[in-house]
Amino acid sequence: MTGFIQRNAWTLGLLVLFLILLGTTKSMQPDFGVSGLESLARAALPFAFATAGMAVVVIVGGIDLSVASMMAVCSVTAAVLMPSVGGVAGVLVVLALGAAMGAINGGLIVVTKVPDIVVTLAMLFVWEGFALLILSTPGGRVADWLQASTQGSAIFSGLPKALVVIAFISAAIWIPIQRSKLGLSIYATGSDESAAFRSGVPVGRTRVAAYSICGLFCAFGGLSLASLTGIGEPVPGPYLMASVAAVVLGGVVLGGGRGGLLGPIIAVFVLRIIRTILTFAGVDPNVTTIIEGTVMVGVVMLATIVTYQGART
Amino acid sequence: MTDAAIDPANARLGRFLRDNPVIPLIAFLVLLIAVLEIMKPGMITPFRVGRDGLISTFWVGNLVKFAIPLAMLAACQVLTMLTAGIDLSASVVATVAAFVCATASPLVGVGPAVLIALGAGALVGLVNGIGAGIVRVHPLIMTLGTGLIATGCLQVYQRFVISTGTEIPEFLLWLGTGRSFGMPNGLFMFVPFAFGILWLMRFSGFGRLLFALGSNENAARLSGVRSWQVIVALYVLSSLIAALAGLLYLGMIRTPSLSLANPLLLPSVAAAVIGGTSIFGGRGSFGGAIVGALILRVIETLLTLLQMPQGARIAIFGLIILAVTAVYVRITGQR
Repeated sequence: MTGFIQRNAWTLGLLVLFLILLGTTKSMQPDFGVSGLESLARAALPFAFATAGMAVVVIVGGIDLSVASMMAVCSVTAAVLMPSVGGVAGVLVVLALGAAMGAINGGLIVVTKVPDIVVTLAMLFVWEGFALLILSTPGGRVADWLQASTQGSAIFSGLPKALVVIAFISAAIWIPIQRSKLGLSIYATGSDESAAFRSGVPVGRTRVAAYSICGLFCAFGGLSLASLTGIGEPVPGPYLMASVAAVVLGGVVLGGGRGGLLGPIIAVFVLRIIRTILTFAGVDPNVTTIIEGTVMVGVVMLATIVTYQGART
Repeated sequence: MTDAAIDPANARLGRFLRDNPVIPLIAFLVLLIAVLEIMKPGMITPFRVGRDGLISTFWVGNLVKFAIPLAMLAACQVLTMLTAGIDLSASVVATVAAFVCATASPLVGVGPAVLIALGAGALVGLVNGIGAGIVRVHPLIMTLGTGLIATGCLQVYQRFVISTGTEIPEFLLWLGTGRSFGMPNGLFMFVPFAFGILWLMRFSGFGRLLFALGSNENAARLSGVRSWQVIVALYVLSSLIAALAGLLYLGMIRTPSLSLANPLLLPSVAAAVIGGTSIFGGRGSFGGAIVGALILRVIETLLTLLQMPQGARIAIFGLIILAVTAVYVRITGQR
């Protein structure tokens, strides 16, 4: 038990922080209840998927600057396809598209030997361009059941459906992978690429797989964007920056090899609820941006001081 | 390593190009301009359509004019990349400097307004430097965060000055839009600036410290380099350059806005990378970044001429950045 707590100290700490913040919200706004939780979970949905995708590539030792653009491509594809081919087929196509885009990112990194940050910076433009080619202005329509899938509560009142969606999808994708050989290869490659290579890990294939998983999460992110708005939006949202922040806040080390998906996803909720609290406190939205940025930088600074004071010399 | 044994001539070429990264880039720039000329005859060489002059000074002037702010922001990226960092707050700092200068000029006069603008930039740089150098947060995160904070501050600031109106200082207009001998006046600022940066990187002690920290930080520290001082100074310098670029860009665009220089951020990173600067530190050249900025501007002109939909233009822009970097990595055999 103590071992479990020690290993997951960071994640548990975040969870406690989140609960404290939730309590603060409740005490500030006694009306904050089921519907408040639901809208919080809905707002966090695309951020959570972007963060999950980013976390996987950061664990493998890379970074993907194109997450927001890939989400835009997926959301417009969904909105354009769904009226003609139907909801289920549309979802499947979009998921395949997301995984394919991620695989292309990873493949280009492995083949060209150009640093991840440069390749995905270039692909950020490429995918953004594709999104604009597919749909030049916001439009299209998504299936009604997809819109309904993120609204309201599931199982019992008070458990937001969007939260169930996040938990179910990320667990269904990540837990089998983490337990498998691929998961081990991902962590090994992230920890020390040449050591992994010499131990017989197919480093290139592992990277492509990790980027492909990231693309898959981005596809879910794009679908959730489309489901929240009901239409497709070709201009990428502010998900890149927020996902990097949540990944770092969630205890995944930039450089790779450490961390998981649960921490970053909780971190997304922490960052979102800070925004909710500030709104309830009547803070001007512009000041909210400043406070959010300061909190983010402050938390990362604190994390760096606490965690790697000895490790990084 | 094995390449050298198989093909020594190729390896020698690679080594030569690695030592002189600017040469293949200039060749590529000339190639792009040639393509442009073939696509639209007379655009660059007006004598072919019966006008005077061997090369259109108007076209070259325009190219140079719009490449200058990009090259200045690329300088921020080159300098910070030398120590394996990056400055993603550069575009925000440029925007802040431009906006503050334009709105403060009617209130306090031009001179103090420029100083306030530069001071605001330096402040962001100082925070970056403290975060990256002393607390040792990853520069990518640190500069993204300060960029976000600065944007928020700018939005709050905007509401206080919304009634004062804006004024763009005369000399910035002269620098930004004026021309002497067909060339933009911005060169009066950029040429000394470029020589300053080149001198800083090649001959000054500070430049050598940057290379030392980027090549091997532990070795540099054991040799007595106080790395935190160097990094704080570096990020302050980078933000000052960005603020300067913002002021110049203000004179060029003539309408201050809250997102004035933001579209220049990713191209500035691209210009530095195309110019042969390694994001892992220890290797970089400002000359390459200048050529990289020119290349990006020519590519933009090229894509505009093709009259493609905006989406295709953006996508091709990305693909070209990737292709140029990939070829470069292949030729020089290093990351």
